Amino acid sequence: MDYAGVVFLEIIYMIAFLALTSAGLAVVFGMMRVINLAHGEFVMLGGYTTLTCYKAGINIYFAMLIVAPIVVGLIGLIVERLIIRFLYGRMIDTMLATWGLSLFLIGAVTMIFGSSAVNVPTPISGYELGSYQMGGYNLFIIFVAFAVMAGVWLVLRYTRVGLIARGAMQNAAVASSLGYNPKTVYMITFTAGAALAGLAGGVLAPLTGLLPTSGGAYIAKAFITIVTGGAAVIAGTLSSSVIFGVVSQVVSFASTPVIGEIAMLALAIVLLRLMPQGITGRFFRNST
Amino acid sequence: MITAWRSIGGVRWGWFIAFALVLLLWPLAYDTHTATVLLIWALFALSLGFMWGYAGILSFGHSAYFGLGAYVYAISAVNIGESTIPLILAILIPALVAAVIGAMMFYGRISDVYMGVMTLVVSLIMFKFMNATAGDQYAIGDARLGGFNGMPGFPTLNVPGAPHISLWGVPTYYVCAVSLLLCYLLCRWILARSFGRVLLGIRENETRCELLGYNAPAVKTAIFIISAAMAGLSGCYFANWAEIVTPSVFSLQTSSDVIIWTMVGGVGTLIGPILGAMALGMVKLLLGQQTLINNFLVFGAILIVVVLAMPSGVIPAFQKWWGNRSRRSRAPSNGGRARRRLTVKPAERP
Repeated sequence: MDYAGVVFLEIIYMIAFLALTSAGLAVVFGMMRVINLAHGEFVMLGGYTTLTCYKAGINIYFAMLIVAPIVVGLIGLIVERLIIRFLYGRMIDTMLATWGLSLFLIGAVTMIFGSSAVNVPTPISGYELGSYQMGGYNLFIIFVAFAVMAGVWLVLRYTRVGLIARGAMQNAAVASSLGYNPKTVYMITFTAGAALAGLAGGVLAPLTGLLPTSGGAYIAKAFITIVTGGAAVIAGTLSSSVIFGVVSQVVSFASTPVIGEIAMLALAIVLLRLMPQGITGRFFRNST
Repeated sequence: MITAWRSIGGVRWGWFIAFALVLLLWPLAYDTHTATVLLIWALFALSLGFMWGYAGILSFGHSAYFGLGAYVYAISAVNIGESTIPLILAILIPALVAAVIGAMMFYGRISDVYMGVMTLVVSLIMFKFMNATAGDQYAIGDARLGGFNGMPGFPTLNVPGAPHISLWGVPTYYVCAVSLLLCYLLCRWILARSFGRVLLGIRENETRCELLGYNAPAVKTAIFIISAAMAGLSGCYFANWAEIVTPSVFSLQTSSDVIIWTMVGGVGTLIGPILGAMALGMVKLLLGQQTLINNFLVFGAILIVVVLAMPSGVIPAFQKWWGNRSRRSRAPSNGGRARRRLTVKPAERP
């Protein structure tokens, strides 16, 4: 029974992890049809921001929830102005340029922080579940992931900003003739996506440890999650997070974590073959 | 024979022979060991550039076939004890894997981005799997896969049929050089066949080609297989050069390196990827010798700048400049020389 509880919590945690790390990428892809391959590095930068703030004596929750999104959001803004805005409509070129950006950021972080792994201490201690020791911090991550998804949904669905954003994405010409500049909307969307990545990086830093190359661990999972999810930001990310989270954890418990990860990647290939437009290209078509 | 040679359209034989001579004499002037790996990378980049430039298929995980070639060679060389059959297997098995994956992608009519995900994911699966194969239970025949530490100590290339005469140093260099030139000619030959014309047609307008009755998925799968076979061959040579195979042959860095080399050299040419890989490969080796500047930083910056400022690459830009120059200098007395290449006459200015 305890063991079932452990498995259940691990599955929920994995779903939360996938949703949290893909949220920023999903906003950018779903809204702008831009794939940002430097997303993993944005997550990594959020982690390093949290680490730097923590070392400077700033409260760790303030660092991960406020400072990390702001700093990475600003970096995203600079990137959008310098690189992305020249490449709208050229999907493959965008992927290549952001891949270059991801290498560039790995190099820059290696030169600044060194290439050895560093850790941020976990601010929440563990608890006992029957005879198992569980990480209490995982529950915090589940909570944050839920809050992020709910927040993005509420903003997109019920605020004027969200309405303008959805309108500009659906038909840029109409939006601009109504007085909203699509370029500004794209800029803000990309910045928001980067900020979400920074938040994910800050929150996950205590659990995963930090390396300049740790972005690679996020980008592949986030990439397959959002692409399998399809164009709808919330419904797509959630549905594919659930599928991949369940499959990878169940297989991990049945065999090894590596096999679990391979199962998830293989499943992504099969799902893409069956549903080339993603899950929300076939189901939940009218969702956000 | 002569007609067979001529049918390889588009080869500028003057340039080709000059390049072959440079390759022939290069070991006299440069470290052979380094020159060999540059040629291996050039072959790898050629495999990607051929597919990307002429069929418009960009594989974000071409390291999968490079690495597969390396591992298949190492595993079968340990088991067989000589190099001829492993070399053939290192071409065939990546081609087979590419046939399965290519057919799945192209018959599934998967669009660009999703194809990017699939190719990337395939290389990641292999990377993760190979990293996790430490321990005695992961062995194929006598070959232990060795996980993160890789597989050292397999027999290197030997003279076919004579396992005791192994090739090392300068002979290996010439094997790689000849393979590179032959693969180049193979690509040119394919492009000159009607198959190559269909390929270009599909790149330009897939729907129209299909309406004309060509089977686009089959053609694309075929080109994917050819490219993977060449990548496998380069991986096999790389294993011989390094004398060890580690999971890093499957890594994202290998994939991104080859994309950068191809992109910088010039997508849509064959010589571009070759020269791009050799030049940037040399830069990579030089950067590896110092610790001041991180080489990710440099290559990332190069990729960004090329995508933004010179999306067609260096060689096409140079060809354009060269073409303009020679046309201008030849313009007054252009009577005698008929151009063999098919050119479209520029429209008359009003």
